[in-house]
Amino acid sequence: MNHLALLATAGRTIPDVVVFFAGAAMILSGAIGVITLRNPVHSALSLILTLFGVAVLFIEQQADFLAAVQVIVYAGAIVVLFLFVIMFLGVDRREEISTEPLASQRPLAIVLVVAAVSSIIALGAEAKWAVGPQHVNGRTLGPYQNIGALGRSVFTTYLFAFEATAALLVIAVVGAVVLARRSGSATSDESIPGSAIYEDAAIGEGDD
Amino acid sequence: MSIAGSWYLVLAAILFGIGSLGLLIRRNVLVMFMCIELMLNAANLTFVTFSRVLGDIGGQAEVFFVLVVAAAEVVAGLGIVVAIFRRRSTAIADDISSMKG
Repeated sequence: MNHLALLATAGRTIPDVVVFFAGAAMILSGAIGVITLRNPVHSALSLILTLFGVAVLFIEQQADFLAAVQVIVYAGAIVVLFLFVIMFLGVDRREEISTEPLASQRPLAIVLVVAAVSSIIALGAEAKWAVGPQHVNGRTLGPYQNIGALGRSVFTTYLFAFEATAALLVIAVVGAVVLARRSGSATSDESIPGSAIYEDAAIGEGDD
Repeated sequence: MSIAGSWYLVLAAILFGIGSLGLLIRRNVLVMFMCIELMLNAANLTFVTFSRVLGDIGGQAEVFFVLVVAAAEVVAGLGIVVAIFRRRSTAIADDISSMKG
Protein backbone atom coordinates (compact mmCIF):
# COMPACT_ATOMS: atom_id res chain seq x y z
CA MET A 1 0.00 0.00 0.00
CA ASN A 2 1.22 3.49 -0.78
CA HIS A 3 2.06 5.17 2.52
CA LEU A 4 1.31 8.65 1.29
CA ALA A 5 -2.13 7.50 0.27
CA LEU A 6 -2.49 5.94 3.69
CA LEU A 7 -1.70 9.30 5.25
CA ALA A 8 -4.00 11.28 3.03
CA THR A 9 -7.09 9.13 2.71
CA ALA A 10 -7.25 7.04 5.85
CA GLY A 11 -10.84 6.13 6.53
CA ARG A 12 -11.94 7.74 9.77
CA THR A 13 -14.91 7.33 12.01
CA ILE A 14 -16.86 9.91 13.98
CA PRO A 15 -15.42 9.05 17.45
CA ASP A 16 -11.88 9.37 16.13
CA VAL A 17 -12.61 12.83 14.78
CA VAL A 18 -14.25 13.89 18.04
CA VAL A 19 -11.31 12.62 20.13
CA PHE A 20 -8.79 14.28 17.82
CA PHE A 21 -10.45 17.67 17.95
CA ALA A 22 -10.98 17.46 21.72
CA GLY A 23 -7.29 16.69 22.18
CA ALA A 24 -6.27 19.39 19.73
CA ALA A 25 -8.45 21.96 21.53
CA MET A 26 -6.88 20.99 24.87
CA ILE A 27 -3.38 21.21 23.43
CA LEU A 28 -3.80 24.56 21.69
CA SER A 29 -5.75 26.32 24.45
CA GLY A 30 -3.24 25.10 27.04
CA ALA A 31 -0.27 26.20 24.92
CA ILE A 32 -1.74 29.65 24.31
CA GLY A 33 -2.43 29.89 28.04
CA VAL A 34 1.20 29.07 28.83
CA ILE A 35 2.53 31.94 26.76
CA THR A 36 -0.16 34.55 27.55
CA LEU A 37 -0.99 34.16 31.26
CA ARG A 38 1.02 36.53 33.42
CA ASN A 39 1.19 34.48 36.60
CA PRO A 40 3.76 31.63 36.28
CA VAL A 41 1.55 29.35 38.40
CA HIS A 42 -1.29 29.76 35.91
CA SER A 43 1.16 29.04 33.08
CA ALA A 44 2.15 25.79 34.79
CA LEU A 45 -1.50 24.77 35.15
CA SER A 46 -2.09 25.50 31.45
CA LEU A 47 0.94 23.35 30.70
CA ILE A 48 -0.81 20.45 32.48
CA LEU A 49 -3.79 20.91 30.14
CA THR A 50 -1.51 20.70 27.10
CA LEU A 51 0.26 17.60 28.44
CA PHE A 52 -3.08 15.86 29.05
CA GLY A 53 -4.14 16.70 25.50
CA VAL A 54 -0.95 15.14 24.15
CA ALA A 55 -1.64 12.04 26.28
CA VAL A 56 -5.14 11.83 24.78
CA LEU A 57 -3.68 11.90 21.27
CA PHE A 58 -1.11 9.25 22.27
CA ILE A 59 -3.98 6.94 23.27
CA GLU A 60 -5.78 7.79 20.04
CA GLN A 61 -2.65 6.65 18.20
CA GLN A 62 -2.43 3.44 20.25
CA ALA A 63 0.68 4.42 22.21
CA ASP A 64 -0.81 3.35 25.53
CA PHE A 65 2.37 3.12 27.58
CA LEU A 66 3.61 6.52 26.45
CA ALA A 67 0.26 8.10 27.37
CA ALA A 68 0.57 6.74 30.91
CA VAL A 69 4.19 7.86 31.16
CA GLN A 70 3.24 11.26 29.77
CA VAL A 71 0.72 11.80 32.57
CA ILE A 72 2.91 10.35 35.33
CA VAL A 73 6.25 11.88 34.40
CA TYR A 74 5.26 15.15 32.75
CA ALA A 75 2.07 16.17 34.53
CA GLY A 76 2.97 14.40 37.74
CA ALA A 77 6.67 15.10 38.19
CA ILE A 78 7.94 17.84 35.89
CA VAL A 79 5.05 20.27 36.40
CA VAL A 80 5.16 19.66 40.15
CA LEU A 81 8.88 20.47 40.01
CA PHE A 82 8.04 23.69 38.15
CA LEU A 83 5.40 24.62 40.72
CA PHE A 84 7.77 23.80 43.57
CA VAL A 85 10.48 26.07 42.19
CA ILE A 86 7.99 28.87 41.42
CA MET A 87 6.70 28.85 44.99
CA PHE A 88 10.13 28.23 46.50
CA LEU A 89 11.53 31.31 44.78
CA GLY A 90 8.41 33.36 45.43
CA VAL A 91 8.16 34.58 41.85
CA ASP A 92 4.45 33.80 41.58
CA ARG A 93 3.51 37.43 41.18
CA ARG A 94 2.37 38.92 37.92
CA GLU A 95 5.01 39.61 35.33
CA GLU A 96 4.57 42.86 33.50
CA ILE A 97 4.43 41.94 29.83
CA SER A 98 3.47 45.43 28.64
CA THR A 99 6.96 46.93 28.66
CA GLU A 100 9.73 45.29 26.72
CA PRO A 101 13.36 46.36 26.64
CA LEU A 102 13.97 45.43 23.03
CA ALA A 103 11.77 47.43 20.71
CA SER A 104 10.05 45.45 17.93
CA GLN A 105 11.16 42.12 19.37
CA ARG A 106 7.60 40.86 19.79
CA PRO A 107 6.19 41.67 16.32
CA LEU A 108 9.37 40.33 14.75
CA ALA A 109 9.02 37.11 16.74
CA ILE A 110 5.38 36.71 15.68
CA VAL A 111 6.23 37.26 12.01
CA LEU A 112 9.14 34.81 12.14
CA VAL A 113 7.14 32.09 13.91
CA VAL A 114 4.17 32.41 11.54
CA ALA A 115 6.53 32.21 8.56
CA ALA A 116 8.34 29.17 10.00
CA VAL A 117 5.15 27.24 10.84
CA SER A 118 3.49 27.97 7.51
CA SER A 119 6.60 26.94 5.62
CA ILE A 120 6.81 23.72 7.66
CA ILE A 121 3.18 22.92 6.78
CA ALA A 122 3.75 23.82 3.13
CA LEU A 123 6.82 21.59 2.96
CA GLY A 124 4.90 18.76 4.59
CA ALA A 125 2.12 19.11 2.05
CA GLU A 126 4.57 19.10 -0.84
CA ALA A 127 7.20 16.56 0.11
CA LYS A 128 6.92 12.79 0.35
CA TRP A 129 7.84 12.75 4.00
CA ALA A 130 6.21 9.55 5.11
CA VAL A 131 7.51 7.11 2.55
CA GLY A 132 9.79 4.40 3.79
CA PRO A 133 10.07 0.79 4.79
CA GLN A 134 7.60 -0.28 7.44
CA HIS A 135 8.23 -2.26 10.64
CA VAL A 136 12.00 -1.71 10.62
CA ASN A 137 12.41 -1.86 14.41
CA GLY A 138 9.43 -4.10 15.04
CA ARG A 139 5.69 -3.62 14.88
CA THR A 140 3.70 -1.41 17.23
CA LEU A 141 1.29 -4.32 17.82
CA GLY A 142 -1.70 -2.13 18.65
CA PRO A 143 -3.57 -2.03 21.96
CA TYR A 144 -2.83 -4.44 24.85
CA GLN A 145 0.52 -5.42 23.32
CA ASN A 146 2.09 -2.01 23.01
CA ILE A 147 4.00 -2.26 26.31
CA GLY A 148 5.56 -5.58 25.35
CA ALA A 149 6.62 -4.32 21.94
CA LEU A 150 8.09 -1.15 23.40
CA GLY A 151 9.92 -3.06 26.14
CA ARG A 152 11.45 -5.52 23.67
CA SER A 153 12.58 -2.63 21.48
CA VAL A 154 14.08 -0.60 24.32
CA PHE A 155 15.94 -3.55 25.84
CA THR A 156 17.28 -4.97 22.58
CA THR A 157 17.64 -2.43 19.78
CA TYR A 158 18.05 0.62 22.00
CA LEU A 159 19.88 -0.99 24.91
CA PHE A 160 22.97 1.20 24.66
CA ALA A 161 20.86 4.36 24.52
CA PHE A 162 18.90 3.13 27.52
CA GLU A 163 22.10 2.71 29.54
CA ALA A 164 23.25 6.14 28.40
CA THR A 165 20.03 7.71 29.72
CA ALA A 166 20.72 6.07 33.09
CA ALA A 167 24.12 7.78 33.17
CA LEU A 168 22.48 11.04 32.04
CA LEU A 169 19.97 10.95 34.87
CA VAL A 170 22.68 10.28 37.46
CA ILE A 171 24.74 13.18 36.11
CA ALA A 172 21.69 15.48 36.18
CA VAL A 173 20.84 14.59 39.78
CA VAL A 174 24.45 15.04 40.94
CA GLY A 175 24.67 18.33 39.05
CA ALA A 176 21.48 19.65 40.63
CA VAL A 177 22.72 18.73 44.11
CA VAL A 178 26.10 20.38 43.47
CA LEU A 179 24.47 23.56 42.13
CA ALA A 180 22.11 23.88 45.07
CA ARG A 181 24.68 23.05 47.75
CA ARG A 182 27.50 25.27 46.49
CA SER A 183 25.37 28.40 46.29
CA GLY A 184 23.78 27.65 49.66
CA SER A 185 27.08 27.29 51.51
CA ALA A 186 28.55 30.33 49.73
CA THR A 187 25.79 32.70 50.78
CA SER A 188 24.98 31.49 54.29
CA ASP A 189 28.05 31.42 56.54
CA GLU A 190 31.33 32.21 54.86
CA SER A 191 33.31 32.68 58.09
CA ILE A 192 32.79 29.19 59.49
CA PRO A 193 35.25 26.60 58.15
CA GLY A 194 33.77 24.41 55.47
CA SER A 195 34.12 21.11 57.29
CA ALA A 196 31.74 22.16 60.06
CA ILE A 197 29.11 23.21 57.53
CA TYR A 198 29.27 19.91 55.70
CA GLU A 199 29.11 17.91 58.93
CA ASP A 200 26.02 19.84 59.99
CA ALA A 201 24.46 19.35 56.57
CA ALA A 202 25.16 15.61 56.71
CA ILE A 203 23.55 15.32 60.14
CA GLY A 204 20.54 17.29 58.94
CA GLU A 205 20.11 15.08 55.91
CA GLY A 206 20.34 11.98 58.07
CA ASP A 207 17.48 13.24 60.18
CA ASP A 208 15.33 13.67 57.09
CA MET B 1 -8.28 3.02 10.87
CA SER B 2 -8.16 6.43 12.47
CA ILE B 3 -7.29 10.03 11.73
CA ALA B 4 -4.85 10.77 8.92
CA GLY B 5 -1.30 11.36 10.10
CA SER B 6 -1.03 14.73 8.40
CA TRP B 7 -3.58 16.24 10.79
CA TYR B 8 -1.36 15.33 13.72
CA LEU B 9 1.68 16.74 11.97
CA VAL B 10 -0.04 20.08 11.34
CA LEU B 11 -1.13 20.18 14.99
CA ALA B 12 2.43 19.41 16.12
CA ALA B 13 3.81 22.15 13.87
CA ILE B 14 1.39 24.69 15.38
CA LEU B 15 2.26 23.54 18.90
CA PHE B 16 5.97 23.90 18.14
CA GLY B 17 5.33 27.39 16.76
CA ILE B 18 3.45 28.44 19.90
CA GLY B 19 6.29 27.11 22.05
CA SER B 20 8.98 28.93 20.10
CA LEU B 21 6.88 32.12 20.11
CA GLY B 22 6.60 31.94 23.89
CA LEU B 23 10.34 31.33 24.18
CA LEU B 24 10.96 34.50 22.15
CA ILE B 25 8.50 36.87 23.82
CA ARG B 26 8.43 35.81 27.48
CA ARG B 27 11.07 37.02 29.92
CA ASN B 28 10.49 34.85 32.98
CA VAL B 29 13.03 32.04 32.90
CA LEU B 30 10.56 29.50 34.34
CA VAL B 31 7.96 30.27 31.66
CA MET B 32 10.70 29.95 29.03
CA PHE B 33 11.42 26.45 30.36
CA MET B 34 7.72 25.62 30.04
CA CYS B 35 7.84 26.75 26.40
CA ILE B 36 10.75 24.37 25.81
CA GLU B 37 8.53 21.62 27.21
CA LEU B 38 5.83 22.60 24.70
CA MET B 39 8.33 22.25 21.84
CA LEU B 40 9.50 18.85 23.14
CA ASN B 41 5.89 17.69 23.27
CA ALA B 42 5.36 18.77 19.67
CA ALA B 43 8.36 16.64 18.69
CA ASN B 44 6.98 13.72 20.72
CA LEU B 45 3.64 13.98 18.95
CA THR B 46 5.43 13.87 15.61
CA PHE B 47 7.43 10.79 16.64
CA VAL B 48 4.31 8.91 17.73
CA THR B 49 2.48 9.90 14.54
CA PHE B 50 5.26 8.55 12.32
CA SER B 51 5.45 5.46 14.53
CA ARG B 52 1.79 4.76 13.80
CA VAL B 53 1.95 5.62 10.10
CA LEU B 54 5.02 3.46 9.44
CA GLY B 55 3.92 0.74 11.89
CA ASP B 56 7.29 0.98 13.60
CA ILE B 57 7.95 0.84 17.34
CA GLY B 58 11.17 2.85 17.01
CA GLY B 59 9.35 6.17 17.14
CA GLN B 60 7.77 5.32 20.45
CA ALA B 61 11.12 4.21 21.89
CA GLU B 62 12.49 7.57 20.79
CA VAL B 63 9.71 9.37 22.69
CA PHE B 64 10.73 7.38 25.77
CA PHE B 65 14.26 8.78 25.53
CA VAL B 66 12.98 12.30 24.85
CA LEU B 67 11.00 12.07 28.09
CA VAL B 68 14.13 11.10 30.03
CA VAL B 69 16.17 13.91 28.48
CA ALA B 70 13.37 16.39 29.24
CA ALA B 71 13.34 15.33 32.88
CA ALA B 72 17.12 15.70 33.14
CA GLU B 73 16.98 19.08 31.41
CA VAL B 74 14.32 20.37 33.79
CA VAL B 75 16.25 19.17 36.85
CA ALA B 76 19.52 20.80 35.73
CA GLY B 77 17.82 23.95 34.43
CA LEU B 78 15.80 24.57 37.56
CA GLY B 79 18.93 23.96 39.65
CA ILE B 80 20.64 26.73 37.67
CA VAL B 81 17.61 29.00 38.10
CA VAL B 82 17.65 28.46 41.86
CA ALA B 83 21.40 29.16 41.99
CA ILE B 84 20.97 32.39 39.97
CA PHE B 85 18.02 33.45 42.11
CA ARG B 86 20.02 33.05 45.32
CA ARG B 87 22.74 35.33 43.97
CA ARG B 88 20.69 37.91 42.03
CA SER B 89 17.15 37.42 43.44
CA THR B 90 15.56 37.64 40.01
CA ALA B 91 14.05 35.18 37.55
CA ILE B 92 13.76 37.61 34.61
CA ALA B 93 16.06 36.83 31.72
CA ASP B 94 16.82 40.48 30.92
CA ASP B 95 18.18 41.08 34.41
CA ILE B 96 20.74 38.26 34.05
CA SER B 97 22.59 39.94 31.20
CA SER B 98 25.94 40.19 32.99
CA MET B 99 28.19 37.15 33.31
CA LYS B 100 30.13 38.62 36.22
CA GLY B 101 29.27 36.88 39.47
